[in-house]
Amino acid sequence: MAGFDKRVSSYEEAMEGIKDGMTVIAGGFGLCGIPENLIAEIKRRGVKDLSVVSNNCGVDGFGLGLLLEDRQISKIFASYVGENAMFEQQMLNDEIDVVLTPQGTLAEKMRAGGAGIPAFYTATGYGTPIGDGKEVREFNGRHYILEEAITGDFAIVKGWKADRYGNVMYRHTAQNFNPMAATAGKITVVEVEEIVEPGELEPSQIHTPGIYVDRIIQGSFEKRIEKRTVRS
Amino acid sequence: MALTREQMAQRVARELEDGFYVNLGIGIPTLVANYVPEGIDVMLQSENGLLGMGRFPTEEEVDSDMINAGKQMVTARPGAAIFSSAESFAMIRGGHVDLTVLGAFEVDQEGNIASWMVPGKLIKGMGGAMDLVAGAENIICTMTHASKHGESKLLEKCTLPLTGAGCINRVLTDLAYLEIKDGAFILKERAPGVSVEEIIEKTAGKLIVPDNVPEMTFDE
Repeated sequence: MAGFDKRVSSYEEAMEGIKDGMTVIAGGFGLCGIPENLIAEIKRRGVKDLSVVSNNCGVDGFGLGLLLEDRQISKIFASYVGENAMFEQQMLNDEIDVVLTPQGTLAEKMRAGGAGIPAFYTATGYGTPIGDGKEVREFNGRHYILEEAITGDFAIVKGWKADRYGNVMYRHTAQNFNPMAATAGKITVVEVEEIVEPGELEPSQIHTPGIYVDRIIQGSFEKRIEKRTVRS
Repeated sequence: MALTREQMAQRVARELEDGFYVNLGIGIPTLVANYVPEGIDVMLQSENGLLGMGRFPTEEEVDSDMINAGKQMVTARPGAAIFSSAESFAMIRGGHVDLTVLGAFEVDQEGNIASWMVPGKLIKGMGGAMDLVAGAENIICTMTHASKHGESKLLEKCTLPLTGAGCINRVLTDLAYLEIKDGAFILKERAPGVSVEEIIEKTAGKLIVPDNVPEMTFDE
């Protein structure tokens, strides 16, 4: 790697340095916009005891569901889980610690983490079990709870196009959590469908500026569909 | 007769106003999109990052990068915008969405809602529901009035863990349309053929019954 050239040539290189016990922040919503090859590489490496921050946890045999097979995840922060039988089983057996987090709070935790904001107040979750034990403050007659930011040792992100400087664009709703995840990793790895020449991406259209990105790799993607809803 | 799911969706749709940005939850709320009144334009917000959700795609339009918050494949309508989850919840938490429609297990006379967790059963998570109820000024809950065993779901105080506190002001059940105000349910309309007595009997929370409770009407 030289200068601003963030490209790496293999998935092995892309996830170099990941170790047992690390926190990994992953982009994606359901199976849409998930860094599927980076997840597969984490599985291949067999690292254990990971804390994962992701809106969902994949399905059996795909996405983050892959990491459940060898019990690589010990803790997960997510807003909605249990689309997969294996997850359900590990949750019921107390093999995985699940910190259910409201979706907007989860997005904001990542955003704040990447922006150097250690915590923020939100009305979301006040008066519910999510607010239990958290600091409460009143602003303008309304109650808010204090939520802490999240950062990761690694952030794994799925983009559409990037240049070698690490400027990234996302496609359609595959954007979701990816831009926030990208800001919140000590090492941010982005896999994309296409790496283009610097200058080809319109600067004002870039979603994730290269300053957040450490490694870029071009891959091919299955993009599995979770619910096939079509009209005739 | 209790309302059908379609009739519930039709009734909720009458609360839509031209120019509303609307978030529809999973289940009956989703059906509301099928009954937007003629001459009214609403923009549907899907919390995974889509404002201006369109119809399901045709086979030719299928695109695995286009889904809604229910993880169904969708299209974007002309004039739609797509953005990140943080942006999406900034809209929701900042109170920019005009109307939110979502389901519930229980609501109570203080406007509390429980919709995400039944202790002892598998808990899948709250998704965006806690953000939606905390952020919206204007929420309609769609739910059945009572359980299969006749136990009321409109309570003095919710028994299940809350999704949000003091945030619900309107409820449409299969039996009635009600408002919640000053610690009471106010009966506004009843389903066709459903008596006020039956609603009183199936409402455990404090219920105010005006002298005249009109019956809802539906086109065939």
